[in-house]
Amino acid sequence: MIKFLFLIFFFSFKAFAALEVTIAQGKVEPTPIAITQVFGNDADTARYGNTIREIISNNLTNSGLFYTVNEDLYIQSDNLVEKVPRFEDWKLIKAQFLLSADVNKTDKGIQLRMRLYDVFNGTEIEKLQLTVPDEDLIRRVGHTVSDIVYERITGETGYFDTRIVYVSEVGPLDQRVKRLAIMDQDGHIESHQFLTDGKNLVLTPRFAPNNQTITYMEYKNNLPRVYIYDLLTGEREIVGDFPGMTFAPRFSPDSKSVVMSFSDPKTANSEIYLMDINTRSLERLTNDSGIDTSPSFSPDGEKIVFNSDRGGSPQIFTMNKDGTNIKRISKGRGVYGNPVWSPRGDLIAFVKNIKPNFYIGVMDTNGENERIIVQDFSLESPAWSPNGRYLIFYRQQRSNTDGTGGETSIHFIDITGYNERIIPTPRDGSDPAWSPLL
Amino acid sequence: MLKKLLLLVVAGFFLASCAATNTEQGGDVDAASSSTASGGDITAGTQEDLIINVGDRVFFEFDSSELTVDAQATLDAQAAWLQQYPDTNITIEGHADERGTREYNLALGDKRAFAVYSYLAQAGIDTNRLEYVSWGKERPEVIGSDETAYAQNRRGVTLVN
Repeated sequence: MIKFLFLIFFFSFKAFAALEVTIAQGKVEPTPIAITQVFGNDADTARYGNTIREIISNNLTNSGLFYTVNEDLYIQSDNLVEKVPRFEDWKLIKAQFLLSADVNKTDKGIQLRMRLYDVFNGTEIEKLQLTVPDEDLIRRVGHTVSDIVYERITGETGYFDTRIVYVSEVGPLDQRVKRLAIMDQDGHIESHQFLTDGKNLVLTPRFAPNNQTITYMEYKNNLPRVYIYDLLTGEREIVGDFPGMTFAPRFSPDSKSVVMSFSDPKTANSEIYLMDINTRSLERLTNDSGIDTSPSFSPDGEKIVFNSDRGGSPQIFTMNKDGTNIKRISKGRGVYGNPVWSPRGDLIAFVKNIKPNFYIGVMDTNGENERIIVQDFSLESPAWSPNGRYLIFYRQQRSNTDGTGGETSIHFIDITGYNERIIPTPRDGSDPAWSPLL
Repeated sequence: MLKKLLLLVVAGFFLASCAATNTEQGGDVDAASSSTASGGDITAGTQEDLIINVGDRVFFEFDSSELTVDAQATLDAQAAWLQQYPDTNITIEGHADERGTREYNLALGDKRAFAVYSYLAQAGIDTNRLEYVSWGKERPEVIGSDETAYAQNRRGVTLVN
């Protein structure tokens, strides 16, 4: 059965942007929002309401841009979906915004109604209703409402109704079993699913920017090759027919091609190639005796950032999409790798190593204004949220000769360097990548 | 904007319903491959023979795929051994230590495996007998976050097929 979610906006404000957010401003003081009970009229709808409220509250709080005013302080306890709030009561407890919602069963399924108010201005800024066919989609209702609230108030695109694909890890470090897994962006256990069985080593999954396809690398029959995995059909397919290792895949912005490294077995020289998934037409973009890998497209599709040791040590370079105009952009101390272009187009995230530590940072697309966001003994694999405001990455602990240690975990951080938190996974996790909005 | 959102939402839910058919498979997979010797006589021309009497591996400097003098001596002995057992085919694995990005290390492991491959080929071993593969930093020999472990993990290993 095809499930769908029916959403009606009564108003269609463009970005309301009561809260101005820029990425350069450093730590943001979270904005207080009150969220009333999400009212139900029977045991089921009350339960859905509780789940939805918890999801919205957690999402908004985790964004670092909001905090939920403690429910115990609320003076008015009514359902405010059909009733104008007493704004004075909400001003008194210093709520800047107010969200109220209820859940009802209708002949079409489960219906959520929501209103969002600007308390200081005493105005309604959003009103919508949203219907899903059954309770399997309740969590997505919570995420969708979170996105709408985030968008209306910050003027930025939301990122809550999204998923993270990553590599689930288990077992001793020298025989690590790795499986592709996917979960909601908040890591909620009910959303968690394994996509591969662990027989073959899998690495570096990445989402297509505008559909539900993943590209990744797998050692099938001990041959390391790039694959794509269509999440809609469950089909897996090798990308191209290469006589040697293909790796480091990423989609082009139109999701029609994969840019990746191919190592010619006659030379073991890794070069960057672009392959159209449908036509199989192949274009070689680099030609140098050094290692060329980790390519990542700019969102306009005009440029590619990549990692190369052509100058002696691993550094970050950009080139035009046809391979011309190669320029080194990394300028700081240390060696660089794993560059990833922001979906906003304004920044490049990277990993760098200055012994003994690793760093994740961002730089302008010409390499200027390098800023370190997080450092540790071992971390890598930065991946952008679809709105370009957050990164996820993974840390690995030191390991010991007795085989202990080496645990990996997935982390979320604001690109200002604040608000880091762990994204829970049932086992160890590495190589996270974010989906576009569902 | 609403139309687009609805479209995406429809696709997403279709996915959700399909995904339910994926089986959840718990449990670890046996990554079994017994490695070492059982004592007693060594059968000539086997992996065990190679390990004990020749040396199955060479080591590399940090971020380098150049064969050291020691490595070349080991590979000379491997070449002689391979000539002695002409029915033996091998796979060369290239590995890196954990101090580098995953993708760079895949490329580096590939260069290391290839360095061994080309040395053996130049020493007269038929390339039809040789294969190579990079494992990047995915399969360390020695667990540990120190230079002693790293030095043993930056390696090219010759495996009898």
